[in-house]
Amino acid sequence: MTENNNVLVKVENLKMHFPIYRGVIQRQVGSVRAVDGVSFKIHKGETLGLVGESGCGKSTTGRTILQLYKPTAGNIYYEDVDLTKLRSEEMRMMRKNIQMIFQDPYASLNPRMTIRDIIAEPLVAFGTASGKEIDDRVRTLMNLVKLDPDFMLRYPHEFSGGQRQRIGIARAMANNPTFVVCDEPISALDVSIQAQVINLFEDLQSEFNLTYLFIAHDLSMVRHISNRVAVMYLGIIVELADRNEIYENPIHPYTKALLSAIPVADPEYYETRKRIVLEGDVPSPVNPPSGCRFRTRCPIAEDFCGQSRPEFKEVSPGHFIECFKWDHPDNQRR
Amino acid sequence: MTSEILNVQGLETQFNTPEGVVHAVNGVDFTLNEGETLGVVGESGCGKSVSMLSILRLIQQPPGKIVAGTAMFRGKDLLKMTSDEIRHVRGGQISMVFQDPMTSLNPVMTIGKQMAEPLMLHMGLSKEQARERSVELLEQVGIPRAKDRLKDYPHQYSGGMRQRVMIAMALSCNPQIVIADEPTTALDVTIQAQIVDLMIRLREEVGMSIVWITHDLGVVASIAHRVNVMYGGFIIEESPIRDLYANPCHPYTIGLLGSLPRIHQKGHQRLYSIEGMPPMLYQKPQRCPFSPRCRWVVDRCREENPPLVEVDEKHRVACWVDTTIGRER
Repeated sequence: MTENNNVLVKVENLKMHFPIYRGVIQRQVGSVRAVDGVSFKIHKGETLGLVGESGCGKSTTGRTILQLYKPTAGNIYYEDVDLTKLRSEEMRMMRKNIQMIFQDPYASLNPRMTIRDIIAEPLVAFGTASGKEIDDRVRTLMNLVKLDPDFMLRYPHEFSGGQRQRIGIARAMANNPTFVVCDEPISALDVSIQAQVINLFEDLQSEFNLTYLFIAHDLSMVRHISNRVAVMYLGIIVELADRNEIYENPIHPYTKALLSAIPVADPEYYETRKRIVLEGDVPSPVNPPSGCRFRTRCPIAEDFCGQSRPEFKEVSPGHFIECFKWDHPDNQRR
Repeated sequence: MTSEILNVQGLETQFNTPEGVVHAVNGVDFTLNEGETLGVVGESGCGKSVSMLSILRLIQQPPGKIVAGTAMFRGKDLLKMTSDEIRHVRGGQISMVFQDPMTSLNPVMTIGKQMAEPLMLHMGLSKEQARERSVELLEQVGIPRAKDRLKDYPHQYSGGMRQRVMIAMALSCNPQIVIADEPTTALDVTIQAQIVDLMIRLREEVGMSIVWITHDLGVVASIAHRVNVMYGGFIIEESPIRDLYANPCHPYTIGLLGSLPRIHQKGHQRLYSIEGMPPMLYQKPQRCPFSPRCRWVVDRCREENPPLVEVDEKHRVACWVDTTIGRER
């Protein structure tokens, strides 16, 4: 059990299906299987990167952990508490420890509130500060994210995208959380600003021993910031491993294709690299392929891949893969 | 010797806004050669799209205004053409591919009808000929069952397929130049790779020149022959592709490349970040636009805006400081 003491968040067989209703009587005719059975652990103080293309369920996974959606099935443990079994007031108190940073710095701040009120809101909601303490705490938080506290009476529209994202980070940090879900926090920002925000995330992590679930589609940035990386495809995790392992020794055919498609800022790299271009598009999560989810686009798929779903198996310590042919010669040749 | 197909000199574009005049493009000079792919790189608001839209006179006037400059295309100045003449060039000899394929296609018109329009207008084809040519074009950009899919509406196509349709439309009148404005930004990485490969293949088959506008230094490395880096409405560095990455000279380019995480890097290194923000363009800058954020800044940078000077063959940079020695050149 010594290994488990270190686990902060444990997700077991999480499923999130969104019902589709049609017709006058709004009968349920199907469901979008956004997340369809994912399991992983996040250790204290680490960053787990969650990558995948749009619609693969990475954001839904993050939101479901915070119980912003009620999961269809599965368990989510924070320390030893099963979040899915909490009543709403208990969950509300839990959110002091679990915070979220959103993608769009424009949409996630109320335009009619001053920066002071935005950052103070969680302090007021949990009664962690009152009266004059609030202003002091807001000042401290703004300094923490490198914003000038003199601007606290301004409104969000007076700030740039990068600054707004800092405001969102200050708000998330208000009650000293231990676990932060970062949902594509830098994809709306310009390149030179992205590096500033990433460095801020790293500084906060080392200062407050934060644990991050870092959701992104930028694979280079995920390698930079994460300790371990999980790759999602169509509602499932296809591969999970240590960051260097997954980038240097990818095993799942989807991970290989994804990594080979990353644009690299080095023209010489393109002269030698072999790109695996996947045919076609991602199938619909309403009616995903039977068996292995990736088989319809997989370059090494065979008939038996469609018969049952492969097991999510640990093939070397800490390296998990969901693929029938992971050790088949076809896969190694590529 | 490759020959020049487009030559832009001294282009300046401004916008009148309630807050004042925005100096979006402040004197841009560049050339494009036949068969060449030119990357135009920069962050939002640096003037990369506005400068290209200005050349095709696609800037709404007012509030926009092309204040100065020439854009010579096959012996004629695009900026001085009558509106009939420029309309003939647009979509015919020079065409565009936009970032967002959903908003640039008409949602209530079938793909077939939208594709036939420029073919009938610019090439004088009949309805039947236009239909045949559309099928050919869709096949060329890799749309399966092209004949049936002409009857579909844009929402029945996926994002990557819509971008393929946009590319097919841009190629439909055999253009000499295709201007692609962030064509892969809205797409996922695997689809982005498909589109880049498609453009590289078509470039070889059709032989057109491409201007590829992007903020992504990774994508541009895979497709461009030459790159212009823009900042604050100026071109601040211009270089053949390999030289730019091996030997970046402008402090901004150096900063941008340093702020990218390297996918092949094993150890963890802190990202280099450029402090501060891109400039607001309410005044035409008299000084170097990057000087407030530059770590090599010297007094002269705050007084005079540096011109582009050649540092190596075909490699030009607008900076008073030689960053390799850390002082004025």
